[in-house]
Amino acid sequence: MSQPSTWEQILDYANRANPYPFYEELRKTPVTRLPDGSYLVSTYAEIAALLHDPRVSSDIERNPAAAAMRAAAGEDGEGDGPGMTPTFLSMDPPDHDKFRRITMRHFGPPTTPGRVAGMEARMTEIVTDLIDNMAARSRIDVVDDLAYPLPVTVICELLGVPPGDEQRFRVWVDVALQSTDPGLDPETQQKKRIEAGKELRAFMEELVDAHRRAPGNDLLSAMVTDDGPEGRMPDEQLVGTGLLLLIAGHETTVNLISNGALTLLRHPAELQRLRDDPGVAIPMVEELLRYEPPVHFVPFRTALDDIDIAGTTIPAGASLTLVLAAGNRDPAHVANPGLFIPDRHNNQHLGFGGGVHLCFGAPLARLEAQIALTAFATRLENPRLVSDPPPYRPSPFLRGPSHLPVDIDGVLAPDGPAGDGTVR
Amino acid sequence: MRLVVDLTKCQGYAQCAFLAPDVFTIQGDEALTYDPAPDEVQRTRIRRAAAACPVQAIRLDQLEEPESSQPPTETPGAAAASGGNGGTFKRSGRIVVVGASLTGLRAAERLREEGFTGSLTLIGEETHEPYDRPPLSKQVLAGAVRSEDTSLPRRRALDVDWRLGVAATGLDLAARQVELADGSRIGFDKLLIATGVRARSWPNAAEAALVGVLTLRTREDAGTLRKLLAGRPRRVLVIGAGFIGCEVASVCRELGLSVTVAEAGPAPLGAALGGVIGAIAGELQEENGVDLRCGVRVVSLEGDATGQLCRAHLSDGTALDVDVAVTALGAVRNAEWLAGSGLASGPWGVACDAGCRAFDVNGLVTDDVFVAGDASRAPQPMFGYQFLAVEHWGNAITQAEVAAHNMVSGETERWPHLAVPKFWSVQFGTEIKSVGVPSVADEVAIVQGSVALRRFLAVYGYKGRIVAAVAFNQNKWLEFYEPLIEQAAPFPPTFRHVDEPAEARPVPAGFPAAANPTQDATVVVTGHYPNERRARLTDRRVP
Repeated sequence: MSQPSTWEQILDYANRANPYPFYEELRKTPVTRLPDGSYLVSTYAEIAALLHDPRVSSDIERNPAAAAMRAAAGEDGEGDGPGMTPTFLSMDPPDHDKFRRITMRHFGPPTTPGRVAGMEARMTEIVTDLIDNMAARSRIDVVDDLAYPLPVTVICELLGVPPGDEQRFRVWVDVALQSTDPGLDPETQQKKRIEAGKELRAFMEELVDAHRRAPGNDLLSAMVTDDGPEGRMPDEQLVGTGLLLLIAGHETTVNLISNGALTLLRHPAELQRLRDDPGVAIPMVEELLRYEPPVHFVPFRTALDDIDIAGTTIPAGASLTLVLAAGNRDPAHVANPGLFIPDRHNNQHLGFGGGVHLCFGAPLARLEAQIALTAFATRLENPRLVSDPPPYRPSPFLRGPSHLPVDIDGVLAPDGPAGDGTVR
Repeated sequence: MRLVVDLTKCQGYAQCAFLAPDVFTIQGDEALTYDPAPDEVQRTRIRRAAAACPVQAIRLDQLEEPESSQPPTETPGAAAASGGNGGTFKRSGRIVVVGASLTGLRAAERLREEGFTGSLTLIGEETHEPYDRPPLSKQVLAGAVRSEDTSLPRRRALDVDWRLGVAATGLDLAARQVELADGSRIGFDKLLIATGVRARSWPNAAEAALVGVLTLRTREDAGTLRKLLAGRPRRVLVIGAGFIGCEVASVCRELGLSVTVAEAGPAPLGAALGGVIGAIAGELQEENGVDLRCGVRVVSLEGDATGQLCRAHLSDGTALDVDVAVTALGAVRNAEWLAGSGLASGPWGVACDAGCRAFDVNGLVTDDVFVAGDASRAPQPMFGYQFLAVEHWGNAITQAEVAAHNMVSGETERWPHLAVPKFWSVQFGTEIKSVGVPSVADEVAIVQGSVALRRFLAVYGYKGRIVAAVAFNQNKWLEFYEPLIEQAAPFPPTFRHVDEPAEARPVPAGFPAAANPTQDATVVVTGHYPNERRARLTDRRVP
């Protein structure tokens, strides 16, 4: 049996806890051709360049690797997510720009600039309640007790998804995300995608109908009722985009918060520093996005023409995967890349991607992580990791712990000595 | 607190506007404006915004930053070579910076960052400490920001001897002294000239003196114009459709004021963007209710008995009742104070090498006199070594940094200033952003997006190579074109890419015939033998 390739080792679940040595190996060849004819890009400058390169398409319909996956499963016409129609995530301009603008109308600038900042108080309240609930316990699970419930509550309230529905969609989302594991055989992967996707689509269609009949003060209601200057999205797009926001709106943030808590527990001096100065949370979340990003790679980009880069020619038509997590630790871009430095100066990273597809929900994720991690540091007494490494979720792509058990001696009041749970 | 955003870097990701919505505002798709003097209660939100900026373009006052991430290293060789007096100069030399605006401030900060501990004097003709000018024609005119709230943030404590409110009037190179308007003289070991430009006034002095006739360059100008606009004038006349003229017209429409723009050329922004793209900027004006008149000159301005502007007469034979006329006819370089100094200074500015060292009148490079910012004219290796004056905000920063570095570095440690020029403008909710030098181009092609939607990217070519790219609301793609300019990539581009327009064929770019910057002055050469040959400037300006 031949030696597994670096990429195979990265995909191997056995290496989920620490893929970084393999990323270092990968960076020795900034642009790597895989046996299936697709390319990996692993160095910062090259990834950043390709994120801004108009010769690189995000259109899932043009991608040979995505097509191969569909063909293997004997399906056609399926979209980017778990059985969804393509959304702006996997479109090119001008359609991407248009649908992103239409969605942004209700979420952020220029039309709704105050929405995310206005959620700070509510986020703080949710976090306060979640930590209060830990008071009687000596062991908590950071994933189940903080990192998951915060973003899922926030995105449900933002979209207008009833609180009880979380029980329903959680199962389908888990299946859908497991199926994004490139380590799984394509056929199984695709079948699971489609099953979960059908359930999710039916769920969102139902929600869209309900919001159309009785609109509330939420994002889904705005999307189904408001006709902006560029019109309303077609229904199929509405459903797809609603699912994209729901899933991407919390799954990645779960990992950001869990990875953050784990990193702090592994760096006690930095945990203490955050207790002493909660303002450190602001630059620290940027460093986490660099050091332990929630999304490790961007798959399924397509070269529309031959691209000469780092001494290699990526041929027209090839599929590209941009390995963000490898680029984030590129020593040619950042000094001491393997060190966690919460107040790192001029921290430009690939944690949210870049170019026109830069993460839609980035400001929401930042604010949630700052608030959650500050409360984690200031309110939990003597938190200790139960196991290091913790168990990981299957995906090498959306990477984070499945559980993060932590022993604590108690919980301080929100107005405890170090702060009130908000970032000052 | 004070803040400034490097809008040359900004790609319109809007993270700041999400996280500190009372301070940062997005207009249209991607144009950012901001409050440069926000209330202290906004500090946490502003820190969030600054940390989140994907291109790290937001600078706050007294930001507690670690010392320069690359601490200045002083190799023994560099110290010995540094101006012949090496380490001694860096420790206890005397540097005088003439010009206390963006370039002067950034150079002073950089000098300190590089470890210069000697005496540092900043001379400024204006009484204000350094302030930022781009907001003056935007947020300030719109009434969102007070003109006095535009002071630039300080990256560090500077330990500078400020000489504000006093102009430099002469330079004695032999004695190494700067002469000031108050009669005093300040000695230097090394000098940085950063006197920039001033607005070109309306040429008829009597008409220029009418109440309501003004230029827009300084804080005072902006304060006055803001007051006039707030008084709801019947009509505003903008004379000249360069960037300042277009931005003034944009604010007038934002305020619901009637405005006429008179432009002698065939299109707005013709000198900067050429006739083809300029015509699109013209459509933008007309769609937004500007009375745009191209190919028309203002013949005279007429006042009433009280000396208030009341009417303008145009070359198309019409007369307009106007209360305000903004003269936006470009800039004049502040180089007169150097007359007779022996430097190669004149209406073109002050000529210097790519390392910002000033040339003397003979074309010999000086050792200790540097020049940066709008006042400088330097060879651009990327553009056939043409001497170009680049009056852009970003150039003031990058050139100041190179000049400051070279002032305290030995010969082998010096840097050339090879930054690709960039500029931006915000008008009618559209961000226009440029990389490269469009004005050297002969052709232009729309390569991405849609002109009809005002979201497109144009690439400029000169003799078959790419020399510039200009984006209308598409600035996230410009980063791709910058290396193509640096590498002289072939024009027109033939690669396949996203968002290809139906028609991408190059057309003549439509730049006006290049004005000869030296038409006002002539250099004569005298002497026969090589040791006698000298150049001399003669000013042949028509009074």
